[in-house]
Amino acid sequence: MLILALDTATPAVTAGIVRLSGPAGTDSAGVDTAGTDTAAAADAAEPVVEQVAARVTVDPRAHGELLTPHVLEAVAEAGITLADLGAVVVGVGPGPYTGLRAGLVTGAALAHSLGVPAYPVCTLDAIAADSGGVALVVTDARRREVYWATYDAAGARTDGPHVGPRAEVPEPAGRLADHEQPSPVGIVRAVASNVLAGREPGPLTPLYLRRPHAAEPAARKRVTA
Amino acid sequence: MAKIIMGIESSCDETGVGLVAAHDDGTVELLADEVASSVEQHARFGGVVPEIASRAHLEAMVPTTRRAFDTAGLSMSDVDAVAVTAGPGLAGALLVGVSAAKAYAAALDVPLYGVNHLAGHIAVDTLQHGPLPTPCLALLVSGGHTQLLRVDDIAGAITELGSTVDDAAGEAYDKVARLLDLPYPGGPPIDKAARDGDPEAIAFPRGMTGPRDAPFDFSFSGVKTAVARWVESAQARGEQVPVADVAASFQEAVADVLTAKAVRAATEAGIGTLVVSGGVAANSRLSALARERCADAGIELRIPRPRLCTDNGAMIAALGAHVAAAGHKPSALDLSANPGLPVDTVLV
Ligand SMILES: [Zn+2]
Repeated sequence: MLILALDTATPAVTAGIVRLSGPAGTDSAGVDTAGTDTAAAADAAEPVVEQVAARVTVDPRAHGELLTPHVLEAVAEAGITLADLGAVVVGVGPGPYTGLRAGLVTGAALAHSLGVPAYPVCTLDAIAADSGGVALVVTDARRREVYWATYDAAGARTDGPHVGPRAEVPEPAGRLADHEQPSPVGIVRAVASNVLAGREPGPLTPLYLRRPHAAEPAARKRVTA
Repeated sequence: MAKIIMGIESSCDETGVGLVAAHDDGTVELLADEVASSVEQHARFGGVVPEIASRAHLEAMVPTTRRAFDTAGLSMSDVDAVAVTAGPGLAGALLVGVSAAKAYAAALDVPLYGVNHLAGHIAVDTLQHGPLPTPCLALLVSGGHTQLLRVDDIAGAITELGSTVDDAAGEAYDKVARLLDLPYPGGPPIDKAARDGDPEAIAFPRGMTGPRDAPFDFSFSGVKTAVARWVESAQARGEQVPVADVAASFQEAVADVLTAKAVRAATEAGIGTLVVSGGVAANSRLSALARERCADAGIELRIPRPRLCTDNGAMIAALGAHVAAAGHKPSALDLSANPGLPVDTVLV
């Protein structure tokens, strides 16, 4: 299955075409050809995730401008059309940029018009899935804070995602991914078993981790003395 | 064959998706007009909170689009072009609509038109009253804008004759409503309270109407302060504030200035048609006074129905239809939202 991978939760604008196939013993749609339970089989062995094409630009102010052009360039480089896509996977943050919403709404609108599912992926999970194993993933949250999460040897998230000052982040036990961006392969790998099993995707809800900055008006000031 | 144009609006607190059919004879027909509003989430803050608006747009965008297609009984593959508000408006809010529009245009492989929100408020009138005579004059009044515009071509030639130097008219309504303990947004409750009041009870000042003031600019901060002063002195004297009279007198001051300047601009330029649009156009005193003064001056008055006056996607679809029909070059897919888009830029 060909998948469009998007992420705008870090300073990078990422769009990639990824080929996802089930582990040996399943067909390309992940359907178990050996006769055992599909979802269990897909979960048990490693799916095959390969990058076909990608466009990445590091510019936190250009998410809105560049994402759709990047999608079309990646599609062209892959020698396919948007209609060939079987699913969209979108990084839902956490991310501090207004551009995070550009990625989410782009993924949602593409999936809607193409009639394919859109899977959310925590951006920190996608970064961890790039190389797998015990990891601490830290990304920029602006306002002198970071987002972070920890992962075990199987790649499962064990703590987080959190937002807070750097001083509150634990010592890394394994790999430290510090201010990295997710690759298209990592984005898809983090949710590959769900996609292969055809599970109903959750909503594309951003991981804001912070409440909106808004204050109720104070008592009105008098204009007369 | 009619062309189907989809319009997306997200410049402030309404997520709007509209569908129109642009016919060969130049008429534009409304097929769907779906709006999701976050106005209630902003009420306790007394004004639109940009981050809350942006979050609401993201949640509402695809569901609102689905509703529009359901209402029109169309499928996405029927769409011939996508139009979207490129500005002016709130940056984070615009970004959501512009990003969605690009994705829809790319997936459907149709042209994208990034258009001006203010021109959309004028274009929407063609859905109700047919093609616009040109030139015409447009008075846009809402919580975000107060402008007097000369329209020589809705698809490309719009000139600003004047605008507010401080608050938008709708903002003044919100602030006066707060003074009178009326709910947000202030337009409808003030209009309602004013019905039982005397518009001549209190002579509130008419801003920017002196001999040396710019003839077509507006100012509403003076009248707002005058209302505050008046209310405070009444309270200081231990009197009960006559809400109906204050509301009626304030509303009279605002409607008087808006209509006087609009009619004067039309008369001076020899323009025979005035379009009044934007959320405040629904105000009963403004429309009554505009009707009276336009009739006296021999000017044709066009006011779209209230639903079309407030922010919506149909107005953007309508403008997109006119821009496409004029044969203008579509926008590039790296189009960026422009929060300060000037009114004379109809298409980005
Ligand atoms: Zn508006």
